[in-house]
Amino acid sequence: MSGYEARFKVWRGDAGGGGLEDFKVEVNEGEVVLDIIHRLQATQAPDLAVRWNCKAGKCGSCSAEINGRPRLMCMTRMSVFDRDETITVTPLRAFPVIRDLVTDVGFNYQKAREIPAFVPPAGLGPGEYRMQQEDVDRPQEFRKCIECFLCQDTCHVVRDHEDNKQAFAGPRFLMRVAELDMHPLDAASDTGLDRSRTAQDEHGLGYCNITKCCTEVCPEGIKITDNALIPLKERAVDRKYDPLVWLGSKIRRRPSGG
Amino acid sequence: MRPKLATGTEPHPNSGGVRTGTRAAIAAPHLRTDRWWLAPAATAAGLLAFVVYSTWRAFADARYYAAPYVSPFYSPCLAERCHTMHAGPNAPVFGSWWGISPAIIILIFPLGFRLTCYYYRKAYYRGFWLSPPACAVPEPHRKYTGETRLPLILQNVHRYFFYAALLVAGVLTYDTVLAFRDENYRWGHMGLGTVVFLVNILLIWAYTLSCHSCRHIVGGRLKHFSRHPVRYRAWGVVSRLNDRHMQLAWASLVSVALADFYVFLLASGAFTDPRFF
Amino acid sequence: MSMVDRQEWDVVVVGAGGAGLRAAIEARERGARTAVICKSLFGKAHTVMAEGGIAAAMGNANPHDNWQVHFRDTMRGGKFLNQWRMAELHAREAPDRVWELETWGALFDRTKDGRISQRNFGGHEYPRLAHVGDRTGLELIRTLQQKIVALQQEDKKETGDYESRLKVFQECTVTRVLKDGARVSGVFAYERESGRFFVLEAPAVVIATGGIGKSFKVTSNSWEYTGDGHALALLTGAELLNMEFVQFHPTGMVWPPSVKGILVTESVRGDGGVLRNSDGKRFMFDYIPDVFKEKYAESEEEGDRWYDDPDHNRRPPELLPRDEVARAINAEVKAGRGSPHGGVFLDVSTRMPAEVIRRRLPSMYHQFKELADVDITAEAMEVGPTCHYVMGGIAVDSDTAAARGVPGLYAAGEVAGGMHGSNRLGGNSLSDLLVFGRRAGLHAAQYATGSATRPRVDDAQVDSAAAEALRPFSAEGPAPSEGEIRPPENPYTLHQELQQTMNDLVGIIRRESEMEQALKKLAELRGRARRAGVEGHRQFNPGWHLALDLRNMLLVSECVARAALERTESRGGHTREDFPTMDRTWRRINLLCRLTDPTGGLAATDPVRGQITLSRETTEPIRPDLLALFEKEELVKYLAEEELCE
Repeated sequence: MSGYEARFKVWRGDAGGGGLEDFKVEVNEGEVVLDIIHRLQATQAPDLAVRWNCKAGKCGSCSAEINGRPRLMCMTRMSVFDRDETITVTPLRAFPVIRDLVTDVGFNYQKAREIPAFVPPAGLGPGEYRMQQEDVDRPQEFRKCIECFLCQDTCHVVRDHEDNKQAFAGPRFLMRVAELDMHPLDAASDTGLDRSRTAQDEHGLGYCNITKCCTEVCPEGIKITDNALIPLKERAVDRKYDPLVWLGSKIRRRPSGG
Repeated sequence: MRPKLATGTEPHPNSGGVRTGTRAAIAAPHLRTDRWWLAPAATAAGLLAFVVYSTWRAFADARYYAAPYVSPFYSPCLAERCHTMHAGPNAPVFGSWWGISPAIIILIFPLGFRLTCYYYRKAYYRGFWLSPPACAVPEPHRKYTGETRLPLILQNVHRYFFYAALLVAGVLTYDTVLAFRDENYRWGHMGLGTVVFLVNILLIWAYTLSCHSCRHIVGGRLKHFSRHPVRYRAWGVVSRLNDRHMQLAWASLVSVALADFYVFLLASGAFTDPRFF
Repeated sequence: MSMVDRQEWDVVVVGAGGAGLRAAIEARERGARTAVICKSLFGKAHTVMAEGGIAAAMGNANPHDNWQVHFRDTMRGGKFLNQWRMAELHAREAPDRVWELETWGALFDRTKDGRISQRNFGGHEYPRLAHVGDRTGLELIRTLQQKIVALQQEDKKETGDYESRLKVFQECTVTRVLKDGARVSGVFAYERESGRFFVLEAPAVVIATGGIGKSFKVTSNSWEYTGDGHALALLTGAELLNMEFVQFHPTGMVWPPSVKGILVTESVRGDGGVLRNSDGKRFMFDYIPDVFKEKYAESEEEGDRWYDDPDHNRRPPELLPRDEVARAINAEVKAGRGSPHGGVFLDVSTRMPAEVIRRRLPSMYHQFKELADVDITAEAMEVGPTCHYVMGGIAVDSDTAAARGVPGLYAAGEVAGGMHGSNRLGGNSLSDLLVFGRRAGLHAAQYATGSATRPRVDDAQVDSAAAEALRPFSAEGPAPSEGEIRPPENPYTLHQELQQTMNDLVGIIRRESEMEQALKKLAELRGRARRAGVEGHRQFNPGWHLALDLRNMLLVSECVARAALERTESRGGHTREDFPTMDRTWRRINLLCRLTDPTGGLAATDPVRGQITLSRETTEPIRPDLLALFEKEELVKYLAEEELCE
């Protein structure tokens, strides 16, 4: 396979407006979309703004939408497209645009701060932590997250409804709640913090209608819906909608109450 | 200063969603070039076909028993008007006042189970309600509250339907055992119908046990798997089944309709059950 | 008349990788109001690329391990050029730093008895690397990031503001460290999103900007690795130590071209992967140097037995320190026994079942599948050396991480020199970040909160920093010598030429004539870089950013070239074809780079004079109790006669 010339449409502009700009650009064997964007920078559009860091799918910086699908540019090989196909690259469309392919992802950092941090268990010092592999397997899957925010971008709860951004943490941060709730040594409940309950009461778990787009776009292959969001919903049901559990907690509370 | 643009647009007039004023000014609601509509369309078509068929059959109130087989739509049969099935799943707890098809009583449970199932929810939210039709394709609704309020907050009752579905699956298992008789209720026989019933009950069980609520109840709710080795292994098995929950949902939906249709064919005399022994 | 926004902080940390975040956490916990500035988004730092693990002698996998053994391995790996006190502190404190991460929520892979699992790595005598699959760096950065968020949540509870005591300025670039007399007074920075300048006034600045790999063409480093911290320190009057030592990781991807250089973790070899040439031969057995002869297996059988029974067998030579393996691969390719795309074969597919590979090396499996269409469970990878790490860096005090000669300036992580000597062992980088990041934060906070008067920020310095940063927008103009109008230079072209120069002329194998040629080319590029121009405006402009980074890359590249030319021996990450052996007399010599004319005059185009002045210093003698950890026969190979007598 040798080089060829591909047709690209790249969104350029800023908060004041913009549009898709046409480019013809050389493509060589083995290249990914990010290589092509870099070639545009070096040869045709030196001020084309784009975020990127590792170029190996590990940092989650180069998130964009390619032919309408949220993807990492560094992990999208040019060979998946036909040679005569026009490839459209736009910034993430759920977040405010800053310039060209760069968006303001501050929403995610704000949500990250709203999730209460890991609570270390009382009475265990550094070096005394003992955890079994089978107990850390579940949260470890969620910790593979590279925070590319593609799930946050694709989730229709906020993508299609700006007004839900206040109430809904998004798949990435609901997954963070699940991660902490499944952490074998997290002691949040000792401090009176019920993570499953707050997932629904404070972080908007109920907005999720499990249509699985977060899982579909995750470049790390994390099963966000099946392994984090649905288990979290079930845990919330335990707390809020299970009459047996409710009754149990009433009975247990009574002696201490009076 | 800015180079000419193919489709230059001003900022969006803040019409919501991807056209919120602060977002990149792109006129098209989505830019997907693949056949993204195929999956929701196929889902909707499949579900619709089943709804039409099952509504017809559920209200038919006839041709649901052909000894030794009883249609899974009518089992257990809880009214007096039910066909008497020798040693079959008759339990006339609703007495004689129930005037319409007895299928309606019992079908509430599998229907509720499937309606609140995490897979079917995805399927019909996408296929019928278009919320969203496909990833990064905007949904047509102006307002969205998901499962935060009535009626959709009731989806949280899934696990109770799961418990009910266990009971129904138990009865259907009993029906499958009864299918090892011949038309004169003698044991130790098998026909094509027995095979149809066997396949159906296996798929029903696989679908029921692969349910997300089941996965949670069996072990998912635990914080420390290492302290509950038996439940951890059970959770592992259910998790592997759960990977195939969607496939099992469809397979069991088709098999239950086929089992019913098979009984219908026998009962209406259009077909005679080939007996093996 | 400076119109730039100013804020007051106690400690400013430049860089939000492992070292920077650890420093910031420590400084904040010691009561200093701390600001972190980073070029990328918070949590994207290059540390996420670290795969293998964190070296710490916890002794979980092998109870014989302890800090002394770790110290010995580190010194051997660095060919005894390490700043020994740093190596000692590092080996002693690394376990505490790892355990501390667990109390912040980190989830390492576990042993059967529930402790942190540890894996083998090149140059480490025992399994020592705490890891999480092959994404340890991600776990480290995420844990530190989440710890910072936890501290901010505490501050929110107390003060109502998340950022009252600890703030991250993301996507901001520091272009100058400001000074009040001899001491540091703050930093001058610009915000990428708006292009606006701002000044953070602070008595203490911690530099934690990482490495310099982007000056080389084939590198595992990201765009951020432009030697900013090295250059900032030089411009502030600090010195860089032993910059000739650049680590070429033996296994980078070689194909396809667009991913050339991306790292293939050493855990592939630690877990059983082997290197083969085009004849199918495990060639590493031919490349065991004399100093390591007793420690490595002589036959494939023995090497293979070691994975299961490390106490009675010697390790396979694939696990030699990185410099040795990189040179061996280079030699094989040169001898015509390379793979089709100019590397050698790294094979795990014949050594482990597919499902074990997928479990233990998930991101490698993913990386090759996605980027090269290679299934590593079925076929061998093609790998070759890639520029990975710089052992040289800012000369610092071992205990406090304070930059020598500039009060208030601290450095930690890859940007600091000395810890790793002439070659770094795999896994020692993450532990280095934590140990010295903490120390830098601690001492910077003490210095900042302990000083009676705050330093003053000089307006003139702010104005000239602003003018310097804006120059690329007005780059057109007549060249000084000719009268004609010349178009501005394209910063991307200059960068490519710089990378090619460093790769070809100051790369893995070095020759005197080539390095002289490199210095000439660098001088030419320096002249042209003054005319680097950019299009567009200041808001998120990558061309502008690169034009500013060029200054830093050129300064650092000159340091590397000058020091490499000076050191007439081969040691660790510095290999001279014309001086192929290690020379014991050079062990006592550190090479220091400093700015020739700290007052300005950055345009020096004379390749002989250049911008950098080199000097030699004699290393501090190794403390006797530490020397006593080694056998006499081993020391003889490294130390000069007079050192041994002392």
